[in-house]
Amino acid sequence: MATRSVSRRDFLRIAATAGAGLAALPLLANCTPTPAEAPKAAPPTAAPAQAPAPSKPAAFDWQRFKGEKIEVTFTMGNMVDVLMKYHKEFEDLTGITVGAEQVPEQQARQKQVMEFNAGATSFDVCHYSYHVHKRLFAKNKWTVDLREYLNDPTMTPPDFDWDDFSGGAKAYATDSEGRICSIPIKIDFWMLYWNKELFEAKGVAYPKTFDEMLEAAKKLHDPAKNVVGFLARGLKNANVPVWTHLMQGWGVDPIDAKGNFYTESPEAIEAAKLYQSLLKNYSSPGVSGFNWNECQSAFALGQAAMWQDGIGFATPLEDKTKSKIFGKVGYGVFPKGPKAQHSAMFGDGIGVSSYSKKKGPAYYYCLWATNKVNQLRVLQAGAAVPPRSSALSNPDRAQGSTMPGEYFECLEGSGKILRAGLPEIIPVTEFRDIFGIALTNIIGGADPAAELKKATADFKPIYEKSEKG
Amino acid sequence: MRPLLSKARAPGRAAVLRHGGYSRRQVYLLFLLPALLVIFAVIIFPWLFTIWMSLNDWQIGMQQSFIGFANFQKLATDTRFLETIPRTLFFTVLGVVAPLIFGVFAAEVFHQHFPLRGLLRGIYIMPMMTTPVAIALIFIMMYHPQLGVLNYLLSLIGIPPQLWIYDKNTVIPALVLVETWQWTPLVMLIVLGGLAALPTEPYESALIDGASRWDMFRFITLPLVTPFLMVAVIIRTIDALKSFDIIFVMTQGGPGTASETINIYLYLQAFAFFNIGHASAVVIVFFVIILTLAIILLAARERLRWTQ
Repeated sequence: MATRSVSRRDFLRIAATAGAGLAALPLLANCTPTPAEAPKAAPPTAAPAQAPAPSKPAAFDWQRFKGEKIEVTFTMGNMVDVLMKYHKEFEDLTGITVGAEQVPEQQARQKQVMEFNAGATSFDVCHYSYHVHKRLFAKNKWTVDLREYLNDPTMTPPDFDWDDFSGGAKAYATDSEGRICSIPIKIDFWMLYWNKELFEAKGVAYPKTFDEMLEAAKKLHDPAKNVVGFLARGLKNANVPVWTHLMQGWGVDPIDAKGNFYTESPEAIEAAKLYQSLLKNYSSPGVSGFNWNECQSAFALGQAAMWQDGIGFATPLEDKTKSKIFGKVGYGVFPKGPKAQHSAMFGDGIGVSSYSKKKGPAYYYCLWATNKVNQLRVLQAGAAVPPRSSALSNPDRAQGSTMPGEYFECLEGSGKILRAGLPEIIPVTEFRDIFGIALTNIIGGADPAAELKKATADFKPIYEKSEKG
Repeated sequence: MRPLLSKARAPGRAAVLRHGGYSRRQVYLLFLLPALLVIFAVIIFPWLFTIWMSLNDWQIGMQQSFIGFANFQKLATDTRFLETIPRTLFFTVLGVVAPLIFGVFAAEVFHQHFPLRGLLRGIYIMPMMTTPVAIALIFIMMYHPQLGVLNYLLSLIGIPPQLWIYDKNTVIPALVLVETWQWTPLVMLIVLGGLAALPTEPYESALIDGASRWDMFRFITLPLVTPFLMVAVIIRTIDALKSFDIIFVMTQGGPGTASETINIYLYLQAFAFFNIGHASAVVIVFFVIILTLAIILLAARERLRWTQ
């Protein structure tokens, strides 16, 4: 171990002296060097243009926790693949060894809750969804409040730049008491995928409003040619964000921050009626059993004119081997509703377990995973949308990317109209389950007002109990 | 200790004296202790704990409180839970009957002598050895209303496309079809074993009397293999009642709650909503249902046993 760390240090020293090592390790260039190495490190002017020059190069000690080992639990996804590919960089930079696992989404959620509830976690760092677990984690203080670390210059390098994260992402990471429970690592914007070829064939323009969207779905729906006008999730639970996103077009959330319910309001009913019209009349038969993957398959085969979902599902559409509509995909900012235009936002964060005995090294990992370089890498790989503004506005954002320019334009446009896609409540899974069943019934022809009324009556006691508990 | 020793020293009791005054029976009991401890740890304690949890309002991340039988009372009025019971039974009946019919037919076929019989038997039992999740994923693709191969095959013979698992009216039969495909070989193996054990005399007599193949099957084979069929019915009933993986992967209980069986409901309560107390009450009710069905089936099997 000692031999290994010395040789690493030697390598870094030589690299810094030569002014070339940093170019080979872009992450190092992005971070300030250790105090011991600072005088010998390359001056800020020698840093590659890609990484911002540190303001106080000598101030930060990345090797403070050298020799420690941490465990990270991730929810499976492309973004995690990108990060794990560069773990060696983190280990070289800090001397901390990382053990990481990827767990499928549903199992990851169970694992984390069970372990936190047991009062002992097998991981030091956890990656979790804000739209599912933010309130539960915050209520039980399962992750460390990072404010103290973020404000401590010996723990956070100056170039980390907390203010580089978008306002929505920072709000997502902050609980009602002002605690910063994690660092945002990715966000997902909802938008509208559209098949340019099908639109052009029928001379239809990209819809700018909900009315135009419905009209376009009607015109493009052609069952004889095995083409549907509109696709979105119909499967219970998965379908709720489709409805809440539509509801945002009326400027309403299902439950506001004060706990007021709008789930059976006229706006909610109108959104449910639009959902019903689109999916019952102009969608795939059996759409009530479709999750995002069924929608993605049908859209990639050119069997749907429009598909409403998260932009995080775009990558396979631009893969020649998987997509029949390669090069024909349009990425549209979601049309305007009768009262507002929004893109539903969902997000994930990375936090330090309150039960970890290695909080410092774990925090260092969070810093590294969400730094500017990694966030740009994730964007360039088309693996996720980073919450950092610098990554989204970076002129190199399309460098090496398979995604077309329109994809990035859609990201930028959607980023301006973000609104949380699900209410920030503890029983969000029950909310999705109960209203998901109502929406499935609505696709089947049930009365939207009656279904939403029943679902609200079923859900309210669960919500009230969660707020008391 | 003292009284035991003095009793052991009494005339005629010398044989039970062993190991510092402990009786042979007491020493034997000591050997049972490890097994008893394991049984307590893996069977008795989990059951006692489940019963305890079912008497509590216990949701992970929330405060826990003792509520007596309130979880059971809630279940009795929970329409969503109550709907899962007939749905589970419907799924179970179909999931037992269909493999039974096809399994008996397959056993009859494989009981005959024909070339490559051994190889074909081996191929026939392969679905049984396949991972349920893999089977479920393949059937999802086959059932896709627009892209699935099943609708394509139906179109070749002029049948309109079906919605399979994507419609609340067809989802249970479509799921049973998957179960049938996977578990018919098991029934076939059990019945095949039974057929091999049948005496040949009744068939010879029937042939002399001019009985047809159907008559021989109806009046000789079927009554004689019934005890074996009962074994298959018991195994399949318990399996179908417990079925989870295929349903969860293929529909997650949907569309809506159209394929939500007790197991799926239980899973949602325990591992999606983390409602541990409520889920424990469901476990106990479910256990009672399985136990009742098992007792009925075992009693039926006793009645159908071969007698001299």
